[in-house]
Amino acid sequence: MYGNDVIDPNEPLNAAETDAYDAATAHEDQRDAVGDDFEALIAADQRIEPRDAMPDTYRETLIRQIAQHAHSEIIGMQPEGNWITRAPSLRRKAILIAKVQDEAGHGLYLYSAAETLGIDRQELLDRLHDGKQKYSSIFNYPTLTWADCGAIGWLVDGAAIMNQVPLCRCSYGPYARAMIRVCKEESFHQRQGFEILWNLMRGTESQRAMAQDAADRWWWPALAMFGPPDTGEAAKGGHTAQSMAWGIKRFSNDDLRQKFVDMMVPQAEKLGIVLPDPDLRWNPERGHYDFGEVDWDEFWRVLRGDGACNAERIAHRRRAHEEGAWVREAANAYAAKQATREQQQQQKESAA
Amino acid sequence: MSDHVTSAAPSASESAERESLPGAAENTGAAPGAKPYATYLLGLADDAMVYAQRLGEWMTNAPQIEEDMALGNIALDLLGQARGLYPYIGSIDGTGRGEDDYAMLRDERRWHNVHLVEQERGDFADEMARLLWFSAYQVELHTALTASADDVVAGVAGKALKEVRYHLDHASLWVVRLGDGTEESHRRMQAALEHVLPHLAELFDHDEASVLAADLEVGVLPSTLHDAVVARVARVVEQATLTLPDGSRWRSRGGRAGIHSRPMGSLLAEMQHIARSHPGATW
Repeated sequence: MYGNDVIDPNEPLNAAETDAYDAATAHEDQRDAVGDDFEALIAADQRIEPRDAMPDTYRETLIRQIAQHAHSEIIGMQPEGNWITRAPSLRRKAILIAKVQDEAGHGLYLYSAAETLGIDRQELLDRLHDGKQKYSSIFNYPTLTWADCGAIGWLVDGAAIMNQVPLCRCSYGPYARAMIRVCKEESFHQRQGFEILWNLMRGTESQRAMAQDAADRWWWPALAMFGPPDTGEAAKGGHTAQSMAWGIKRFSNDDLRQKFVDMMVPQAEKLGIVLPDPDLRWNPERGHYDFGEVDWDEFWRVLRGDGACNAERIAHRRRAHEEGAWVREAANAYAAKQATREQQQQQKESAA
Repeated sequence: MSDHVTSAAPSASESAERESLPGAAENTGAAPGAKPYATYLLGLADDAMVYAQRLGEWMTNAPQIEEDMALGNIALDLLGQARGLYPYIGSIDGTGRGEDDYAMLRDERRWHNVHLVEQERGDFADEMARLLWFSAYQVELHTALTASADDVVAGVAGKALKEVRYHLDHASLWVVRLGDGTEESHRRMQAALEHVLPHLAELFDHDEASVLAADLEVGVLPSTLHDAVVARVARVVEQATLTLPDGSRWRSRGGRAGIHSRPMGSLLAEMQHIARSHPGATW
């Protein structure tokens, strides 16, 4: 349904609502036939589980990737969390609280998935707080207006889903299973972002201007979320080849970026939003949209720490963590006391 | 605790409210078909709404990620309670107002919540002290309201009761952990029980609205909840190796009549500013 004022609930808005999700989540367990050898399991597109033997580099690559993903969920709570107290209606407030809560939950699943590789959450959080591990650079951009909550849902969550759907068939079992659930929830998030913008674009003049401004600011950073070019000449560097061989990565950054652009352009038209790219046009020969070049200088600058919110995001996270230290210490102390009491009680009972 | 009786806030209609603020005795402008206990329900809804707003501030600020989720959940439950009541209040006070009219477009003097819920967020112990008292109060309140003569009120209370039992459990577990945890957590938790003390009496005050609602068997007289609430809190405080402080040199007053403390104005300014900056807009 096009050209009317109703969002068609049956029309897919993101990759988790397409066949790509069904294909990525369909997994046929052939372990009995394949055996437990790492290379054989990878070759047969089977899942590696926590107790399986695996190369150290595979383990390290996954810890880095899953941790970065978990950190992104936790840091990603801030840009929208910033709007919980100001959401313009009670319905929007309820949805936003639930969304930020989901992000906390995703962080927890992912830290748990990382823990199956033999590292604990506290150590990963320390690495985040010390700047030794990264989070998605998109969250170093500020959320200036209410419409940014819409743009983040529509574009940032949309891009994240495009990246994450292939991870539902990642070779590492706990990560793949976490992604199956995360993608479903992210799909709701993306839909609510689209709906925020839909309502704004059908609202007052200032609401429309707010929505367009947010899309102008978030479009290019969303495209940069797929990472630097890794096809053609660019494919010679980086981790892409090894990650593809291990079944951790399934598509190149450029392929995913193209799929994302192809999916978003018709949605922008439906919203009535003009995407800020003069080179954006349908290419009938390729069967894809052509689009302009991401400002990679800006991407590297923000990634290196010189973005609007890099310092603020980590400072906020560290402050909350440090302010809560006495609470966590108390919980540990109480648990230890309880264990001792239970032990004493048991001794008393066995003596009697 | 219920020595202070405020005058009623008979906001029978929006136009009547414009003519005289809550607390003005001469306000008699009831709209046709209006039920007289709307103001009582507005007090309950506003308590839940304002506390949801405060709890929402914890998200990204909690001591651990699990707690970001838990406090967000409690905020959502309370927001749901307010949203269950506002449209109904709009239907019985004769104004036909919707939930956002109440939440986003009312001035401070027309809010009927107690001061307890509007106080600024302190440390985590302060929040657990407030949550312990407020959820113990809500457990007793909603238990009583499930027998309300008004079916809608009884229905909202029945749903809320399941939620607030969990809130009480959550607060109780933390108060015990903090009280019986480390020296520092014990000291902070004891201090938090002192901080919250001046704002408790107001929960159990009568006003004209609650007396009227109780007479109609729609509501419950707040003072009748007092002993059971104190007993619930006292059990937890004892288990936490803490002391329930007695008596405060001062106490808050007037929330049910729209007389609020300083933090309320800032809370509303933050909560309402986008909605008010775009008159007539939908979101």
